[in-house]
Amino acid sequence: MIELKSVSKWYGSFQVLDDCSTRIEKGEVVVVCGPSGSGKSTLIKTINALEPVQKGEIWVNGTPVHDPKTDLPKLRSHVGMVFQHFELFPHLTVTQNLTIAQVKVLRRSLDEARKRGLKMLERVGLMAHKDKFPGQLSGGQQQRVAIARALSMDPIVMLFDEPTSALDPEMVGEVLDVMVSLANEGMTMMCVTHEMGFARKVASRVIFMDVGGKILEDCTKEDFFGNPDARQPRTKDFLGKILQH
Amino acid sequence: MNLSFDFSFYSWDLVSNFILKGLYFSVMLTLVATLGGIFFGTLLAMMRLSGRKWLIVPATIYVDGMRSIPLVMVILWFFLLVPLLIGAPIGAEASATVTFIAFEAAYFSEIMRAGIQSIPRGQVFAGQALGMTYGQNMRLIVLPQAFRNMLPVLLTQTIILFQDTSLVYAIGAYDMLKGFEVAGKNYGRPIEAFIAAAVVYFVICYSLSWLVKRLHKKIAIIH
Ligand SMILES: Nc1ncnc2c1ncn2[C@@H]1O[C@H](COP(=O)(O)OP(=O)(O)OP(=O)(O)O)[C@@H](O)[C@H]1O
Ligand SMILES: [Mg+2]
Repeated sequence: MIELKSVSKWYGSFQVLDDCSTRIEKGEVVVVCGPSGSGKSTLIKTINALEPVQKGEIWVNGTPVHDPKTDLPKLRSHVGMVFQHFELFPHLTVTQNLTIAQVKVLRRSLDEARKRGLKMLERVGLMAHKDKFPGQLSGGQQQRVAIARALSMDPIVMLFDEPTSALDPEMVGEVLDVMVSLANEGMTMMCVTHEMGFARKVASRVIFMDVGGKILEDCTKEDFFGNPDARQPRTKDFLGKILQH
Repeated sequence: MNLSFDFSFYSWDLVSNFILKGLYFSVMLTLVATLGGIFFGTLLAMMRLSGRKWLIVPATIYVDGMRSIPLVMVILWFFLLVPLLIGAPIGAEASATVTFIAFEAAYFSEIMRAGIQSIPRGQVFAGQALGMTYGQNMRLIVLPQAFRNMLPVLLTQTIILFQDTSLVYAIGAYDMLKGFEVAGKNYGRPIEAFIAAAVVYFVICYSLSWLVKRLHKKIAIIH
């Protein structure tokens, strides 16, 4: 479904991704973790070309993302993305947030878009807030709307970039619950997150990135958590740190 | 010096004969220059933020150039030069309208540029991630927010613009100030006429500023 082949990226002379390769099969849930600045956000954004790369190949569902001739808006319209800071459109109501891209990008009728959008809103449990503006919702609610917005586009894969790290602790659970249920329904997902409980519960694989933009580990959840001796020292060190609290 | 004023010559007849026509032109000029200025100003702002040198350079030269010349000179030059260029005279009113749009575009572009830059990068990413093209992202996500954030500043610029319309006296266009001037001459009371003009400008601009303040509270985007 998704394939990265020797992807490298530089900002000027500063390398942020160093020869990254991985594959994500349909229905897999891949968790990406690693220290701050290791390039996790950059890596996940290369998949829908929000971040262009200088070297390597990226394939999504048979589409060459690295190819300058690829119709990127069309590709992105069926790759869902959820951001750390939600990025709902503050000048639009919740319903408008859910429908605008369906209407303008997918060319659905407003009726159809509303039906689809509200169904997704229902599924994240926020039907009562459909006419509010994003600024009137809590962080956790905004993030759930953001997930519903991405789902309304009928994505073939969902990308999450630290979806819970801007939330107050008591709101993390409600967002993770939605993500777990998505995973259980067989959605293909790539999640940058440090919620190891989530990883243990639903991840198929875990990728660990280290400073310099290198993929240091790319293994099954069972290996990642259950077999510490097979892990790199850097990984053990990192896991030790984040599992302490 | 005798400083006793006599406003008794003011009557509905005077107002309707001399002032209304001028007021109408001043208001129309303000509206058209605001709408045109915001439209072309937004285009100029987008050119300057495009990251493409061949768009940035001409837009920057235009904006900085216009902002370095007194408006009254632009009004005069345009009125004198354009007929030479196109080989036919254009009326003072038409000339003033085009000049104001061109001039105000430079000022509105700076406001819109600040407005566009105030929108977080993440909003652009979010639009892109949903499959929006550059144009859709601008039209549906960035510009509406930039416009709302900047509305008080845009309207304040419009109030300044309304005051500046009086500069069309330089080319003899018939605006509100001219209306008062002609009325004052006809009735032999020029000083009273100019005082009355000042009062009307003040009342209009002051009420507009007050409205802007109220509006600002009402339309601010909740974050
Ligand atoms: N526009 C940019 N210009 C230059 N350097 C950048 C830019 N964006 C990111 N970087 C750098 O690239 C590196 C990787 O950034 P990235 O945001 O992908 O890291 P991350 O792993 O997501 O970190 P975090 O956990 O803090 O989100 C960082 O060192 C960052 O400073
Ligand atoms: Mg990040």
